[in-house]
Amino acid sequence: MTLALVLAAALAVACVVVVALPFLREPEPESDSLDDLDEGERHRLELLEARDRALAALRELEFDHRTGTVSDEDYRGQVGVLRRDVATALQELEREPGEGRPGDGRN
Amino acid sequence: MSELGRAALLVTLGLSAYAVIAGAYAAHVGRRRLARSAQNALVASFVSTAVAAAVLVAALLRNDFSFEYVARTTSRALPTAYTLSAFWGGQEGSLLLWLLILTGFGAAAVSINRAWARDLIVWVVPVFAAVSTFFALLLVAVASPFTTQPTPADGAGMTPSLQNPYMLAHPPLLYLGYVGLTVPFAFAMGALLSGKLDERWLIATRRWTLFAWTALGIGQLLGSHWAYVEVGWGGYYAWDPVENAALMPWLAATAFLHSVMIQEKRGMLKIWNVLLVILAFSLALFGTFLTRSGVVNSIHSFTQSSIGPWFLGFIAVVVAVSLGVVIWRLPQLRSTTKLESPISREAAFLYNNLLLLALCLAILWGVVYPMLSEAVRGEAVVLGRSYYDFFLRAFGLPLLLLMGVGPLIAWRRASLKSLGTTFRWPTIVAIVTGVALLFLGAGRSIPGLVAYTFSAFVLATIVMEFARGTRARKALGASSWPGAFTSLVSRNRRRYGGYVVHAAIVLFAIGVAGSSAFDSVAEAKLARGESMRIGDYTLVYRSLSEREASNATEIRATLGVRRGDRDLGTLQAGKNAYTIEQQVSNEVGIRSDRLTGEDLFVIAEQIDPNGTVYFRVFVKPLVNLIWLAGLVFLLGSVITLWPDRREQRRLVARASTVGLPATR
Repeated sequence: MTLALVLAAALAVACVVVVALPFLREPEPESDSLDDLDEGERHRLELLEARDRALAALRELEFDHRTGTVSDEDYRGQVGVLRRDVATALQELEREPGEGRPGDGRN
Repeated sequence: MSELGRAALLVTLGLSAYAVIAGAYAAHVGRRRLARSAQNALVASFVSTAVAAAVLVAALLRNDFSFEYVARTTSRALPTAYTLSAFWGGQEGSLLLWLLILTGFGAAAVSINRAWARDLIVWVVPVFAAVSTFFALLLVAVASPFTTQPTPADGAGMTPSLQNPYMLAHPPLLYLGYVGLTVPFAFAMGALLSGKLDERWLIATRRWTLFAWTALGIGQLLGSHWAYVEVGWGGYYAWDPVENAALMPWLAATAFLHSVMIQEKRGMLKIWNVLLVILAFSLALFGTFLTRSGVVNSIHSFTQSSIGPWFLGFIAVVVAVSLGVVIWRLPQLRSTTKLESPISREAAFLYNNLLLLALCLAILWGVVYPMLSEAVRGEAVVLGRSYYDFFLRAFGLPLLLLMGVGPLIAWRRASLKSLGTTFRWPTIVAIVTGVALLFLGAGRSIPGLVAYTFSAFVLATIVMEFARGTRARKALGASSWPGAFTSLVSRNRRRYGGYVVHAAIVLFAIGVAGSSAFDSVAEAKLARGESMRIGDYTLVYRSLSEREASNATEIRATLGVRRGDRDLGTLQAGKNAYTIEQQVSNEVGIRSDRLTGEDLFVIAEQIDPNGTVYFRVFVKPLVNLIWLAGLVFLLGSVITLWPDRREQRRLVARASTVGLPATR
């Protein structure tokens, strides 16, 4: 009984210390606000996602055409649209201040 | 040590409640240290729950019957492995396992993603913590595993059907699946609450969802095999409410895993996807409610308890709050992309989703209807096997066909002409298979014949995809055919792992169709030396024996088995009489033909004092393909789950571009 209560108290104290750790480590921080993405960064993230999506779609179409899963006719009907999507995404990224290299998403 | 267990659960409850309140407040007002403190509380709640779990395990292993739970679920004669499985064999223990896995998953998911998706995580933490607060509250206030009593000389023992090796893995896997579905739910809610509806919540939860889905799938298959070898009625799935309880979230998660690809590829179905995540999680809670409340009559409902209203209340709150948040964020969830053609891969995935959801809801209605009818009319009207079989055929067969169609149609739009070319060979294979099977007599079950024909179609498409892909990779410079094959799979694990999973589903469908549509049954009361026939088999009842095991008296009838002129040896079937539990179980005899996948399945239904035995015998063609499907399913899931370095590099590059840490 006593040992159990001592162990329980030790567990509770340890948990309180862990929970209080951020305040113990930084009692008086320069800033306590959340390091959130600003509007510009969020917009850029969306553009990067759009670029990666367009590149992945183009890559998949090329491979499916090569394997024969997508016919010549379907390939011709889509490849232009997808290339335009990629170009648009890259252009929009280039217009953004502080964008990364357009080729970041390639692999 | 019960005090330590109780105290540890109280600490978990305090930490979880703190993580909800402090986490939500920190996220709302933007306080960094408080948010971090809430994250730490979630991690610490895992440690305190682990302490509580350790106390219960120790009590079980020490046969400490001063714990009511230990006395109710075990006995001194119970083998150690089953004593350990009593952790999840009773209500309180299984709720503790839920909480242990939940806090563990929460701590892991938050720790892995807290740098990379930090603005999302601040809202994910209170959602996780809200769920763990509910379970901790249940364990502290309603169903404590640490209630004590004056120590009895021995425990009541374990339900005999649970004394089976499958019970060591089946329930924990189901719980991993149920609880795992909390991860996508918490991240989806986090994304909605924070308004950060970019792809990160999908990326962060993709593998968790797959893992939970795999665990649920394998858990159900193990449960089916347990029912097959242990429950002793001749089948493996009875559309029992508790079996359905695991199937429903699995179907919803299957729909999500397909529709999420449309969001990733085309930016569509954002509302649909969060609704599927909410549905899957709510059904996981509902499944736990069904299993643990004792509200339905089921071979799996081992408990009658008072937790039912708590669960129903919590499910109602989850559904209402989640839908409220979705409605609040509707403007941000609307996609700008539209479905371009009804003949496209995304359209096929959409049809697949509708069929999966229709099947899921039909099963849900079948489960809920008896409860509603009892509440309204005072009499539970149970919807029988024919109800479920009808919907399985109506929705399952088109789903099977779509598995072959979907992956071969182009994204966006496909022309009818190219469809003709693409599907020429699979269609020929399917028609030839169907006609051949018709001549072989498979026409006596039209649904079975259709299932085989569709299965042939799907298998042909899968083989074709692998063959064409390997050929393309070889042409692109792979040094050898095995190298080309490896490169093909490793470059797109999700796609080709998915095909392997599809192959598993086809094997499963063939096994189910064979064993249910084309099985045969014979019954006979035999005295020693008499024989019976079923199909090509002849069974001769030779002897009856009795043996005292540690926890039961085992009675076995031995039968000699011949197939045509070939002697196949002997088979034993009988009963176990459990001394402490005062229960009797059927112990079936099964002879599997590894070449054909067929089982000879013998039940000794009744053993008379004079030694005559009433036998029921089944021949189940292809049934072993169901269990083989489990292995293939696991292989496909592992391929899909395996980390993809190329994708990781791409995500790191993307994150670092916007100033997020280059680690996940």
